[in-house]
Amino acid sequence: MLKKFVRAAALAAAIPLAAMVMGAQNANAGGTLRIGMTAADIPLTTGQTDQGGEGQRFMGYTVYDSLIEWDLANADKPSGLVPGLATEWKVDGADQTKWTFKIREGVTFHDGSKFTASDVVWNLDKLLKPDAEQYDQRQSAQGKSRIPAVASYKAIDDTTLEIITKTPDATLPYQLSWIVISSKANWEAKGKSWDEVAKAPSGTGPWKLTSFVPRERAELVPNPDYWDKTRMPKLDKLVLIPLPEPNARSAALMSGQVDWIEAPAPDTIPAIKGAGYEIVSNAYPHNWTWHLSRLPDSPWNDIRVRKAANLAIDRDGMKELLGGLMIPAKGFFPPSSQWFGKPTFEVKYDLPAAQALMKEAGYGPDKHLKVKALISPSGSGQMLPLPMNEYIQQSLAEIWIDVDFVVVEWNQMINLWRAGAADAGVQGAQSINFTYFIQDPFTGLIRHLACDLKAPNGTNWGAYCDPDMEELFKQIKTTFDPAAQDEVMRKTHEKFVNDALFLMVTHDVAPRAMSKKVKGFVQAQNWFQNFSSITME
Amino acid sequence: MLVYLLRRLLYVCPVAIGVSAICFMLVHVAPGDPLTAIMAVDATAQEQEAMRAAYGLDKPLPTQYVIWLGKAVQGDLGKSIASGRPVAGEVIGAVQNSLVLAFAASLIAFPLGIFLGFLAGYFRDSWIDRAVTTVAIAGVSLPNYWLGIVLVIIFSVTLGWLPAMGAGDGAWMWDFTHLSHIILPAITLSVVPIGIVARTMRALVGEIYSMDFVQALYAKGLHRGDVLRHVVRNAAPTGLSVMGIQLGYLLGGSILIETVFNWPGTGFLLSNAIFQRDLPLLQGTILVLALFFVLVNLTVDVAQAIIDPRIKRS
Repeated sequence: MLKKFVRAAALAAAIPLAAMVMGAQNANAGGTLRIGMTAADIPLTTGQTDQGGEGQRFMGYTVYDSLIEWDLANADKPSGLVPGLATEWKVDGADQTKWTFKIREGVTFHDGSKFTASDVVWNLDKLLKPDAEQYDQRQSAQGKSRIPAVASYKAIDDTTLEIITKTPDATLPYQLSWIVISSKANWEAKGKSWDEVAKAPSGTGPWKLTSFVPRERAELVPNPDYWDKTRMPKLDKLVLIPLPEPNARSAALMSGQVDWIEAPAPDTIPAIKGAGYEIVSNAYPHNWTWHLSRLPDSPWNDIRVRKAANLAIDRDGMKELLGGLMIPAKGFFPPSSQWFGKPTFEVKYDLPAAQALMKEAGYGPDKHLKVKALISPSGSGQMLPLPMNEYIQQSLAEIWIDVDFVVVEWNQMINLWRAGAADAGVQGAQSINFTYFIQDPFTGLIRHLACDLKAPNGTNWGAYCDPDMEELFKQIKTTFDPAAQDEVMRKTHEKFVNDALFLMVTHDVAPRAMSKKVKGFVQAQNWFQNFSSITME
Repeated sequence: MLVYLLRRLLYVCPVAIGVSAICFMLVHVAPGDPLTAIMAVDATAQEQEAMRAAYGLDKPLPTQYVIWLGKAVQGDLGKSIASGRPVAGEVIGAVQNSLVLAFAASLIAFPLGIFLGFLAGYFRDSWIDRAVTTVAIAGVSLPNYWLGIVLVIIFSVTLGWLPAMGAGDGAWMWDFTHLSHIILPAITLSVVPIGIVARTMRALVGEIYSMDFVQALYAKGLHRGDVLRHVVRNAAPTGLSVMGIQLGYLLGGSILIETVFNWPGTGFLLSNAIFQRDLPLLQGTILVLALFFVLVNLTVDVAQAIIDPRIKRS
C-alpha cells in the first residue's frame, strides 16, 4: 500500500516537473543568442548609450554605426580603427585643424531613410548645441565629453563632411569612434520626441531593435540591408537581459536561461567550467591601478617610493587569487598593446630591490611610511577590489609602507575621482584605486596626466604636471601619420612606466562564460565586440 | 464605522508627507551624485554643473522637495534620472510584479502558518508542538536570500526543473510558463512569514485554550469543533494583524530575494535606484510603498473592527 502511494506521489510530482523541463527546452530556440549583461537596465537606445563600455558594446555598435569604427575581427592583435560610415578621412596639410571626411554612399537607416553628411551634422548638433531642436540632454551627457576636440562642422555636400578642431588634434578619429548616428527621419516620425524614439530607434547598424522591456530584456534582429556584408549577422535574434547580480547571472547560464554571461564571478568559474560551459577571455585595454597623488605633500612624489611599491607586489600570487583571470601588469598598457614600447624600468616582483629603494628613500623597519588609499568595495571594472587591495596592503607592508584604507561606495568613488586628490572628500588619501578604459590616446594616456586636465577641470586626479610629458602629449596630438603617432604613444608609455607614475597592478581579461552551442565568437582585444559572426549550434 | 474609516484615511496624508520628507532628506544626506549614472565618467566640471541645473539639483533642498511634492500630489512623480522614463510607470510595473509575488507567497505562507500554529497550539508541549516550533524558528532564522540561492542551485542549476531568474517573457500571465518562474521566489519569500504566523498562532491558540471560558464551553458539553470555532474567533483579530503586517512587508518586495531571482519588482527597482542614487525613482517608489503599507494596515484594522466590535469602540 505504501509503495503504491509513493509511486503515485512520484508520478504526480513528475508530470508537472517534466512539463517544466520541456517548457524550458522549448524556450531555447535555434539561432537565438541570449546574453546576460552586468548592467541593471537596458542601455539607452536612442543613440549615444549609457551604461559605459557595456552600453556601447550591446546597444551602440549593434544598432548604430559611427564614422570610424574599431576592427573587431581579430583576437590575436590589438584593435585598430577602420572606416565605418566614413570611407576615408584626412587633415588639411595647410590647416591642421580642418578635417575632411568622405561619407559612405548607399547606406540607409532602419527606417529606410538615406544616410548623408547632413545626418552627421544633425547628430553632432544633437550632442553639442543646446539650442538645437533635436538637442538631447541625455545623449549629450554621454557624447559631448567624448569629442572635446570638435569646434565646428558642416556638410559640404551629401558625401563630404568637414570638421574643424579647436587646436590641431590627431586623436580626432579616436574621439569620433564614440559618436553613433541616429536617424533624423525616425525622430521626426516619432513626433520629435526622444522618449518615443527610445521605444523604436533607428540607426544604420547591423542589428535592429525590435522590442524591449525596461530592466528586463531587449530583442534585436539582423538588419538585412546592412551596408557591410562581412558584418551581416548570422543569428536570427539577439536577446539582451540585464542581470546585475553575479550569482544570478551564473545560475541563469547554468540553468539554460541564457547562453552567455558577461563577467562571471571568479569564484563561480570552476563550477561553470565543471558544468560544461566555456570561459572565453582575452587581453583588452583595461588596467587596474592606484592613481597616485602628486600634490606637494604626497609621499608618492619620491620616484624611489613609487618604484619600490611597483616592485613589492607579487602579481603572480594575485593571479592565483583571481583564478587566473588577470594579466600581471608590466606597464600602464597591457604587454600586448601596440603602444607598450620598451620601458627600461621592469615592473616585476623583486622584494630585495624594493626594500633597497625604500631604505635609500629613508624608510626601514624602524621608520614606516604611512599612506592613505581610497578604495571601493565594488564597481564597474574594479574586479575584486577588497581582496586585491588587501593583498597590496600586505605586499606594501613588506617594504614598510603602512596602508590605511578609506573605503567609499562606487558612486561616491566616481565623484571623488572627478573631484581630485586635493578635494576634502578624499579625506587625505594619497591614491585612488581606479580602473581605466585605455583604448585610445586620450583615454589611455592624456586625460590622466595632462596639466590642463587637473581635477576638477578634468580627470588628472593626482594633479600631476610635467613639461616633458606635456611635450609628448602635444606630439601625440600633432602627429597625423598613424604609424608615427603610434611611435609617440610608445615613447609616452615608456615615460609612464620608467617614472612609475602609477602603481601598476593588473589588467582584466574580460571573461565571458558561454554555452558550447555558441559558435564563431572572436573575442577582440577591445571593450567592444562583434556579434555578427556568431551562430548557435 | 464610516467615521472610523474616514479618520484612518486622513492619517494617510501626514504619514505620506512624513515618509516622503524623511526619504528625501536621507537620500540627499547619503554620499554620491545622482547624475553619475547618466554622465560620461570623465565629464568636465562645467558639464556636470550644466546637468545639475538641467535636473534642478542646483536648487536648495527645501525648494527641490516642495517642487517634487507639488508634482507628486498631482500624480506626477517625475522622471527617473537614470532611465529618463516616468517614475509612475516604472513603479506601477514593479508594484504589479511585487503584488503577484506577494500574493503567491501569501498563498503559501498564511494557510501553512495558520495550520502549523493551530496544530502546535492545540497539541502544546507535545512532539508536534516541538516539531512545528523548530520549523518556525528555522523559518524566521534562515537568511532567505541564502535559501533562495540554495533553491536555485538545487532546482534550477542541478535539476533544471525551474527557471533561475526573471518573471517570464512579456507581461505577467497566470499560465504555466510564468507560474514556473514564481515558484522558487514565492517559496523563498514565504519562509519568514510562515515562521512568524505559526509562532504567533501557536502562542494565541495555546493561551486561549488555557482560558476559563474554554473550560466552560467544554463543561457545557460543546464538541471540540464548536470549541475550536470560538478559539478561532478569539485568535482572529491578532492573527489578522500579524498577517497584515507581513502582507505589507511582502508587498514592499524583498530587495535581496528580488535581486537573487532577478524578479522585476519594487525591491529590485529600489536596489537599482539606491546604487544609482536615482532620487526621483527612490522617492516615488518609497512613497508608493508607504501608501500601500498604510492601506494594508487600514484594511486589516477595518477587518479587525468587523470581527471584534470592542476594537471599534476603543
